[in-house]
Amino acid sequence: MPLAHEHEIHARRRSRNFGLGAVLVAFVVLIFLLTFVKVTQQSIAFPDQPVASGKPDAGGN
Amino acid sequence: MSDASITPEVTGGEAEFGDYIALLKPRVMSLVVFTAFIGLIAAPVPVHPVIAFCAVLFIAIGGGASGALNMWYDADIDAVMKRTSGRPIPSGRVGAHEALALGLTLAGFSCVMLALAANVFSGLFLAFTIFFYAVIYTMWLKRWTPQNIVIGGAAGAFPPMIGWAVSTGGVSLESVLMFLLVFMWTPPHFWALALFMKSDYDAAKVPMLTATHGRRVTRRHILAYTLLLAPLAIGTGFTSIGGPFYMAVAVVLNGLFLLGALRIWRRDEEAAAADGYKVEKSFFKLSLIYLFAHFAAIGAEAGLHHFNVGGW
Repeated sequence: MPLAHEHEIHARRRSRNFGLGAVLVAFVVLIFLLTFVKVTQQSIAFPDQPVASGKPDAGGN
Repeated sequence: MSDASITPEVTGGEAEFGDYIALLKPRVMSLVVFTAFIGLIAAPVPVHPVIAFCAVLFIAIGGGASGALNMWYDADIDAVMKRTSGRPIPSGRVGAHEALALGLTLAGFSCVMLALAANVFSGLFLAFTIFFYAVIYTMWLKRWTPQNIVIGGAAGAFPPMIGWAVSTGGVSLESVLMFLLVFMWTPPHFWALALFMKSDYDAAKVPMLTATHGRRVTRRHILAYTLLLAPLAIGTGFTSIGGPFYMAVAVVLNGLFLLGALRIWRRDEEAAAADGYKVEKSFFKLSLIYLFAHFAAIGAEAGLHHFNVGGW
């Protein structure tokens, strides 16, 4: 049976829950944006690409 | 827990979201955000806007963590002082252990995130700042020496240096000057407040200079720090973060600040009490404008650089 009268304690808990939810959503969005910027700002070398400061080849002459 | 077990006592200890925000001292955070942002944009190395936003946010969260740790440790003092008795811990809305947990969590979170978002140096710098404020100032100096304001003020002066470090990855003369600007400004600002809020600090047994060395000495100290601050603030105008606009602001405001400090120094207690500490209160208000305007002028010079107008 639903509560006929909502106690102030419920309003305070709801405020905490919504507040924390908003903080978590904002954090996810922030990390997504940050990751996007970090990845697009740096040039990424794929594994099959030569590394500029690489060691000599194993079977080098 | 069933709803039937709810009692008024429990209700009193149930915090809402805003109480946790209050633990982070939002007003102090606003100063941290502002000075850190100016330190970041005044630096010669450009930062991507998203990284800049994240960096300032994490610096602000670090400042908030310091605030929560400060409220946890100073709950006994806050309960005595009228100005602070309504804070979340003394009013019973948030438990002291919750404030400690929140402070420690946010401190670790903000430092790691700043190191990841910007660079390791700025993350370590933020960690040192939180340690300085929470341990050196709050736990040690605040209750021990009347110079608490001077040394504790350093913690509030670090954010522009951290902002600069986010951009450059290091420290330079300009960032040290921004630090000194806030560091030297803090004592006259807080001692002016202590002159017209004396009963609060006395009741809390915090060794403010007004109580330990008397109000005459405090007035002398305000003048001395203002005399040291003025050449420093104007000298900053000759560096790469200064320029004609900053210099105009610095000359006018330091003139007014010196005049205010001189008036405070010349007054005695009878005269101050007679007009309700009018001069001290106006000096305190001016000190708020003073710091804001100096940093705003540094920011304006940095902005004007883009149009080849700012700087020398």
